[in-house]
Order: sequence, then structure tokens, then C-alpha cells
Amino acid sequence: MRAFYGFEPKNRLFLGTARYPSPAILADAVKRSGVEVVTASLRREAGQDKAGEGGAGQAFWALIRELGVRVLPNTAGCHTVKEAVTTAHMAREVFGTDWIKLEVIGEDDTLQPDVVGLIEAARILSDDGFQVFPYTTEDIVVGGRLLDAGCEVLMPWGAPIGSGRGLNNVYGLRTMRQHFPDIPLVVDAGIGLPSHAAQAMELGYDAILLNTAVAKAGNPALMAQAFAKAIEAGCEAWQAQPIEARDMAAPSTPVMGKAFLS
Amino acid sequence: MTLLLNGEPQEVAAATLADALAELGYDGKIVATAVNGDFVAARRREACQLAEGDRVEILAPMQGG
Repeated sequence: MRAFYGFEPKNRLFLGTARYPSPAILADAVKRSGVEVVTASLRREAGQDKAGEGGAGQAFWALIRELGVRVLPNTAGCHTVKEAVTTAHMAREVFGTDWIKLEVIGEDDTLQPDVVGLIEAARILSDDGFQVFPYTTEDIVVGGRLLDAGCEVLMPWGAPIGSGRGLNNVYGLRTMRQHFPDIPLVVDAGIGLPSHAAQAMELGYDAILLNTAVAKAGNPALMAQAFAKAIEAGCEAWQAQPIEARDMAAPSTPVMGKAFLS
Repeated sequence: MTLLLNGEPQEVAAATLADALAELGYDGKIVATAVNGDFVAARRREACQLAEGDRVEILAPMQGG
């Protein structure tokens, strides 16, 4: 399997940390699935939280450190290159990592990436030593530009963030895999079910990044475990070299030696 | 002076970003800062002079997808 800036996780599920019923349930989901990479963000703390020991952000950071997982900070909600670059710098200082999940959002209904701004921000950050994980589309021309800008990983969406629709454009994602055979590819966003994640891994993807499908499930920890299993199965299926689909039947039981009984 | 702290008006006596953070109870907290849209690294907060109406962002680690 391909590595992410030199890091080769055993577990190919990257898990978002938002929207869980409680921090304890988030921790259960991480532990039960064996996740090694989680995403995080930077936000203003509410007034009553900002001082004292009870700051929600401080407690969250303590929890992540206790879990011992690697953090992939994001620039979620940024709509301009300037916002995204500034947020990335702030995240690098707080989280102590050069990794950044780069989001530059171009449209609010679909949260579709602004790929023009994304390429510009990716170049600025890569030149500044960041290891950029760009949230992009399955457009292979854009993918090429992102690689030219210094990215060594691409993260095309499966479907709009939080939609749970699965892989909207299987053809495009398969084409992307074939076009960039040596680049680590992560399906990021839109996954709703473990079968969606398995499907992406069967296409040869290297990891799946998801959040809502686990966090908003009735039992997040169980769902996280289900995703981890599906991703492992999909990964093994890809390694096992699946058969090509065909239109007509091909008998699996040998015809030779069959008795004539009619 | 009055700052726009995380989008809200905030009176502070401090003249630098480092002193403002201490005055506002952020001592020892893991936070990142920006002034008027530009990142200010922790090591530069003492030298960062604030002015009336500056937009100061103080951000903390938070859940994210």
C-alpha cells in the first residue's frame, strides 16, 4: 500500500471527530475501530469555555493526546486562499504537525471544493513545508495540478460532505486511480455505509476519510468497527485482483464430464 | 482599548497580544492567534502591539471532519 508522506498506517480508516453524542463515544469509536488518524479543526471557544480548566477545546485536545492517534488538522469552512493558508499556519502551531487537510470551499449547498483556490493554496503551503492533503474532486486535470503544486496525496470526494450518498462518480474515481497509479488516494466525504467504503477500496483507493456516517449512527462505536472491517475487506479484495465483470454467464461448474440425463 | 475579539467587542488594558491573552485568561491554554487576518505565532505575541479596533482571533483545538 502507498504511504502518506512516509506514514503507512495499518488501519486505512481516517476518522473525523465532529458531531458525536459525547467525547466518550468518540473515544469508543476510535478505540473499537483501531483508527490511527483523526481529523480536527480550530474554532473559537464559547465565552464561558475560554478560561479556566473547563475549556471544551482544551479538553478535546487532551482526549486526542490520550488516544495516541495522529492528527490531520483541517481548514474546514474556509472559502478563500487567505483564510485557508492562515488557518493552516494556526493549525500547524497548535497541533504540532505539518499535515493539513486543505479545504477551500467554493459552493455552500454542495460544499464543493473551489479547485482554483485549492491549487493556489496548496502551492503556497507546500512551498512552506506543509504536507498537504487536498480535499478535491475526481477531476484528473485538477489532480495533476495539485501534484505539480507539491501535494503527494489526493483526496477526491465521494459525494457532498455529510450527504451519505456514497460514490457519486465511480467511473471518475476509477479513472483517477488508473491515472495516478503511484499516488496515495483517499476518498474523503459523502460515504454513508461500510459498503461504500469497501467499494472505494476495491477500486484501489488507499484510505477512506469519513465522519458523519459514524458520528450520527445510532451506535457510533459499532459503526466505526463496521467501517474498519469493510475497509480492510475492500483493501484485501483489491490486492487479490478482482475479476472483470462480463455481460454473459460463464459456468463455474465444469461442463466437461457432465452426464447426459435427458 | 476595544478589540474585536472572536467577533465580539472586548475591552482590554493590555498593549500587546501576549498581555491581552494573559488578561483574558488564556495563560497556559493551547490556542492559536491571528490579528487582522494574519497569523501571529506564539513566539511573536510579545512583540505584537495591539491597536484600537484590531480584529483578534483566538482559536482552540476543536472537533472536525
